[in-house]
Amino acid sequence: MKYSIFSLARAALSGHKTWKPTWRDAAPKDRYDVVIIGGGGHGLATAWFLASEFGIRNVAVLEKGWIGSGNAGRNTTIIRSNYGLPGNTGFYELSMKLWERMEQDLNYNAMVSQRGVINLYHSDAQRDAFARRGNTMRINGIDAELLDQAALRKMMPFLNFDNARFPVQGGLLQRRGGTARHDAVVWGYAHAASELGVDIIQNCEVTSFLRDTNGKVSGVETSRGRIGAGKVGMAVAGSSSRVAAMAGLRLPIESHVLQAFVSEAIKPLLPNVMTFGAGHFYVSQSDKGGLVFGGDIDGYNSYAQRGNLPVVEDVCEGGMALIPMIGRVRLLRQWGGIMDMSMDGSPIIDKSPVDGLYLNAGWCYGGFKATPGSGFVFAHLIARDQSHKEAARFRLDRFQRGAMIDEKGQGAQPNLH
Amino acid sequence: MRIVCPFCGERELGEFTYLGDAKPQRPPADAGEDAVYDYVYLRDNIAGVMSEHWYHGGGCRAWLKVTRNTLTHEISAVEPAAGAGSAKVGA
Repeated sequence: MKYSIFSLARAALSGHKTWKPTWRDAAPKDRYDVVIIGGGGHGLATAWFLASEFGIRNVAVLEKGWIGSGNAGRNTTIIRSNYGLPGNTGFYELSMKLWERMEQDLNYNAMVSQRGVINLYHSDAQRDAFARRGNTMRINGIDAELLDQAALRKMMPFLNFDNARFPVQGGLLQRRGGTARHDAVVWGYAHAASELGVDIIQNCEVTSFLRDTNGKVSGVETSRGRIGAGKVGMAVAGSSSRVAAMAGLRLPIESHVLQAFVSEAIKPLLPNVMTFGAGHFYVSQSDKGGLVFGGDIDGYNSYAQRGNLPVVEDVCEGGMALIPMIGRVRLLRQWGGIMDMSMDGSPIIDKSPVDGLYLNAGWCYGGFKATPGSGFVFAHLIARDQSHKEAARFRLDRFQRGAMIDEKGQGAQPNLH
Repeated sequence: MRIVCPFCGERELGEFTYLGDAKPQRPPADAGEDAVYDYVYLRDNIAGVMSEHWYHGGGCRAWLKVTRNTLTHEISAVEPAAGAGSAKVGA
């Protein structure tokens, strides 16, 4: 169904009894042109772009649980395009531009809110590094503003500017950054893809790949039976190594747990998204009023969707150091998600060495903001067998070629990215 | 998660730093690029019981080999990593 002010009024006047399901819960057919493994934001976005931009509508999205039950429902909803390295800068801006038109494209309210993202700096050296990144962004047509302390004091007078260890000198602001309602992003893509004929199949776990006589992937064996496919794309961040292993591949990826937190709802406090990298803390306020925050990954390999207390303590200490007034706000919930930590901190969107199998992996802890961009370039890759120009550097063989995209300069140590 | 350090006893997680999978072995100098690529970049990324290196920086500063389940965080064995605690002055 099509959503509009009129459909809203009609449903309201009829006691909200006329709403139809947002998307179709399909049963698997024998064969599809393209099968996408993973019904998170990236997988559903890929299916929608395949159908809407590339004319491939005989598509299935297979999800082992329910759609959005993985990291799409566990992130802290931040969108931004403030990256400094070639490869990342253009790609994330492509994604940001798609965020800006997503709700119109999908006919779905994803509550995209461009409230601004501020990265705080605490020293002259860090200010210079941020100025450089801001300049890189502006040269590439992305908005960035370097704020000094006076400007920041006006926006957020409650920050602990005179912290002895990390005095707040200012911040790099991207006004077009902000937040989006994560579940609505999943439902929006599911809604729009389903309208175009994409089958969304839940509780359908892939258990092995089918190969033809040439070794090409010809489908998947699943918990709901065998499904043939012309091409198979995997968008299963967190479990990429496990799924790839079924095709005999080893990836430059480790799975790590990242925790996130939400406080009880309070009155409007934070005007934007703020990151306190030096203190391992970032935060925004949801429209419901809760402070949504997080910090570093726990640091050890994990497939358990829960973390441990040292990081809880570290994150909360960071919050207290920056905004002492939140000290008496109570923590409401805390959870963990599994990150595909790649060896250089950047994603992999490429054909795999196995014919017919396409990889979308390695999103580290930054996959949510990439959702529309990732879907678009992955659909491009699957449909045309060629990388989109903004994803041309996210190749799997870049580690072998020495062409890493290491935004933090940490080297091949996934838990440090 | 708590780790029972063979030198210090049971200590909280915050005292330890993680390196990663203990399986990859540095290839010989003449092994060629593919072997180095494999060693530096590729991981089994095991979902299950894994042997890994941890450093007890907040205690005895020894490297440990910990056997841990990545699905449950259950630790089944901790032993000194090869060479840990065996250094001798002048050795």
